[in-house]
Amino acid sequence: MDTRFFAAWLEECARVVHEQRDYLTRLDAAIGDADHGTNLDRGFTGIRQALAEHTPPTPGALLALAGTTLVRKVGGASGPLYGSALRQMGKALGDAETIGLAELADALETALQAVRRLGGAEVGDKTMVDALSPACAALRLAVAEGIKPQEALSRAADAADQGAKDTISMQARKGRASYLGPRSIGHQDPGATSTALILAALRDVAVAWAES
Amino acid sequence: MKKLINDAESVVADALTGMAAAHPSLSVDVRNRIVLRATGPRPGKVAVISGGGSGHEPLHAGYVGYGMLDAACPGEIFTSPVPDQMLEAAKRMHGGAGVLFVVKNYTGDVLNFEMAAEALAEEGIEVASVLVNDDVAVQDSVYTAGRRGTGATVLVEKITGALAETGAPLADVAITGEEVNARSRSFGIALTPCVTPAAGEPTFELGPNEVELGIGIHGEPGRTRIPAGTARELVRIAMDAINEDLPLTGDVLVMVNGMGGTPQIELYVVFAEVAAYLREKGATVTRRLVGNYITSLDMQGFSVTVCRLDERLTLLWDAPVETPALRWGR
Repeated sequence: MDTRFFAAWLEECARVVHEQRDYLTRLDAAIGDADHGTNLDRGFTGIRQALAEHTPPTPGALLALAGTTLVRKVGGASGPLYGSALRQMGKALGDAETIGLAELADALETALQAVRRLGGAEVGDKTMVDALSPACAALRLAVAEGIKPQEALSRAADAADQGAKDTISMQARKGRASYLGPRSIGHQDPGATSTALILAALRDVAVAWAES
Repeated sequence: MKKLINDAESVVADALTGMAAAHPSLSVDVRNRIVLRATGPRPGKVAVISGGGSGHEPLHAGYVGYGMLDAACPGEIFTSPVPDQMLEAAKRMHGGAGVLFVVKNYTGDVLNFEMAAEALAEEGIEVASVLVNDDVAVQDSVYTAGRRGTGATVLVEKITGALAETGAPLADVAITGEEVNARSRSFGIALTPCVTPAAGEPTFELGPNEVELGIGIHGEPGRTRIPAGTARELVRIAMDAINEDLPLTGDVLVMVNGMGGTPQIELYVVFAEVAAYLREKGATVTRRLVGNYITSLDMQGFSVTVCRLDERLTLLWDAPVETPALRWGR
């Protein structure tokens, strides 16, 4: 997986987030403040613009630029959280020109740690951690089993999707949804949902890459 | 839904352009999304800077001026600003005595201000933060993101601004801000949800005869919903919640705040009930504000903020202030 692969992932993220913008915002309206889709769309559109001006030479530099762009464009909690996640991923990938599945799994784990550290959320708090954490675990397991990248990333995406769905029954303990107390139960968390979309985009790009 | 806007995407920029035209005392940088005192930094004075999502006007930009904020950083509607805004505002307004960030306790605001504070510290500019968390509707526990910052933000900005004007050092200004926050409590009740320009529809559903108790300022639903009652009944609910948390005795400052869509006449009805309640409890209202100070777009409803004053805080409250939204004594 090279710089073009990761650029394709970010491009796909921008497309999907734009397409699902209103859906994410509706989820956020139920338990938050109705802007998650709008904010992420602005951020990923910013990434698309930044990459059009200048594509960094390595996957690490590319993800770091993408993360910085999110911090600068998004605001709210999702700006620093997604921004730091991508920046830390980029840092973890270093100067390598191509990335193997094991390095990607490690980098994703670094992203998870960054999100947990910054937001203070644990599994079960009804946040993006509930999608990211099972995805990391699934990816680690897939790496240990030595399966193909597209299949491994498919498992990670499935785990994230399931994790997002599992947030429906949870009571939020972080972010604005936590102010609702028990009334947050019964709604899918928008942050976990966008994380699942971003990881589904990673799978889709990997599958397309394997086919071509 | 009808709105006085040109385009949902450009509401914040268009409003900043309007602020610039309406208030020559402000220097508005529409591109960088910062509002500064036109007089620039004052050497030796702590720069008091705040910011937060837009949609709470006059907070924060309406409080930029002598005796209050040096700069404000408006984010998108209900979305915290990004670190670049705070950085730029701090660099332009600091007078060599450090920067105080007044931050409302919301995850997004806290994270973005923290990132800005780290970057400022790297550039050698001293920075301290006051976290405002006065909303008693939220239980402060491991099960929530902690109490929200609401009405007390106005008080913290006024009083830290007044102290900073005297040339007090950063540590003193920060401690005083924390003291104001610790002595203040708020509770909000909505009669209607609000409509954000981007969504174009109400942020939550509320029946024609229901009110939402314990709302914040971002159109998020509150903790419970009850049948609508009289102003007297609703005020009692709000004041009981406050009094349970901070016994209301002694001299108090009271702010009855409209959420944006409630007429002033109703706010006076509310204020009368609040004053009666406090009299009953034996507290003395020595300072008061009635109006729209920290709003939630077009939401109908009110919040009450009570701050237990002492002599020093009263003097700082009375100190001259000259901003678009708060002005006296100068």
